[in-house]
Amino acid sequence: MFTRRSLLNSLVAGGASALLGGSRRLYAAQTAVRRFRIWDNHSHLHSAPGDTPEARMEVLIRCADRLGIERIVLSQGYSADLHPTRDQLREENDRVLRAVRRFPERAYGSVYLSPSFLDFSLQEFDRCVRDGPMVGIGELEADMRCNAPEMDPIVERAISMKAPILQHTWLKADGNLPGESTPYDLVELARRHPGANFICAHTGGDWERGIRIIRSTRNICAGIAGFDPTAGVVEMAVRELGPERVVYGSDVGGRSFASQLAKVMGADIPDSAKELVLGGNLRRLLTPALRAKGYQA
Amino acid sequence: MIVDTNVNISRWPFRRLAGDETPDLVARLRQRNVVQAWAGSFDGILHKDIGGVNARLAVECNTYGKGFLAPFGSINPKLPDWREDLRRCAQDHRMPGIRLHPNYHGYELKDPVFAELLHMAAASGLIVQLVVSMEDIRTQHPLMRVPPVDLSALAEVVKSQPSTRLILLNWWPALREQRIAPLADAGELYFDLSMVEGIEGVARLEEQLPPERVLFGSNFPLFYFEAALLKVQESGLPETRKTMLFEGNARRILPPKAA
Repeated sequence: MFTRRSLLNSLVAGGASALLGGSRRLYAAQTAVRRFRIWDNHSHLHSAPGDTPEARMEVLIRCADRLGIERIVLSQGYSADLHPTRDQLREENDRVLRAVRRFPERAYGSVYLSPSFLDFSLQEFDRCVRDGPMVGIGELEADMRCNAPEMDPIVERAISMKAPILQHTWLKADGNLPGESTPYDLVELARRHPGANFICAHTGGDWERGIRIIRSTRNICAGIAGFDPTAGVVEMAVRELGPERVVYGSDVGGRSFASQLAKVMGADIPDSAKELVLGGNLRRLLTPALRAKGYQA
Repeated sequence: MIVDTNVNISRWPFRRLAGDETPDLVARLRQRNVVQAWAGSFDGILHKDIGGVNARLAVECNTYGKGFLAPFGSINPKLPDWREDLRRCAQDHRMPGIRLHPNYHGYELKDPVFAELLHMAAASGLIVQLVVSMEDIRTQHPLMRVPPVDLSALAEVVKSQPSTRLILLNWWPALREQRIAPLADAGELYFDLSMVEGIEGVARLEEQLPPERVLFGSNFPLFYFEAALLKVQESGLPETRKTMLFEGNARRILPPKAA
């Protein structure tokens, strides 16, 4: 049976054996991650090895263990398809449900929807979140920008369950794909729904612009997953948004847990801010949904 | 202990970085258990006075990191009299190696000047570091969009220059996994892990390559140093392989006395 104490004990034991391996100074830096309760808001099964969702999830959990990551929020299943059909959406959500069921005390599911199929998406929300075990929406990454009016009923469903929404955003120097959302689109949506909580996935990629775009819209947090571990991103985000609006995530399996975790572990910010970014903020965002389902944070 | 084969001194043109003053860079690396860092200069990417760039690099390494920072001078073979820059790196500054940025300097690897440069470097006993990219093309400044180096001609060139010791830095965006093994077979090629991505990415890389061909490189201070470090931790490699990766492989290429 998993408990937070048993996890910490196993991590401490792992760190100690590493220390006894003879590289005392080396592992002093690596085991620094163990000081924090780390929750990852942005993970997928795609690009992970394994023939089944359960097998892929075992790889994710194995790596999370090595880095002291306590829980992960999983979405999208195997696919990174920007034009999912109804059947694909349902199939990917089923994969996430299977993976989470394998590790119910380490992972939560987040439902994959598309405003292109609004009625279907609302039914899928009800199946997976209202009546199922999932606790959030997203990563939403479909062929319609998120400022579209079709997103409004989806956001209202999220508000009804107090579930956060993880919205894909990019600002690509070579141009976004058709239908790909930007932080500007998310700001439009978030201002129409001040009662909803949004995570701006990738902080728009071009984070120096992304942080400025979302700065004045306080129901948007910056999600730092899924772009290069460029030094300075977390320092700027904490400075401009405050530590309570920056959320760690990885975007595994396309990315590693490690490179994205480094953005926080390597940042010149106080430990109190790291604690919020690494997990405190996500726990706060998820608490209503977790409580509603009887999950322990 | 760590030998970091991929750091830069001076200023990144597009933002200030923690560690972009050499004394601070050295202190931060030492704090992270680095015992030697192979340092190029950000100035070598865009400056045309490469002789001045390399002279400053040599002085900075000697002043603030003697025995710790190993200088790798920049060579731009599209500048007039670049062979003199190479001679100075080898003979005047006694550098262990050079660093190339073909995409920023405007030449392709099939250009005969690249083969000549490799030949001359090998004749001078210089290690060559080829920087394949500096940053994600999607996030580059709109007036400064530079795609990664096209490596399609590299295997043939390396085969023609068998004495070359070549290290690819920041290569992941151009290669991913599929073309790595044939490249490694072409000659004495090494790969740093600074931009390697994906779940257990370093372990998967080591399945593609002889383990002695993978080097620890952080791309610090442009990247957070911890990214490379934690990727090794995520990989779950056995201790012996970690030791090779952190130090042993680099030491074999550049023994302590030569540094």
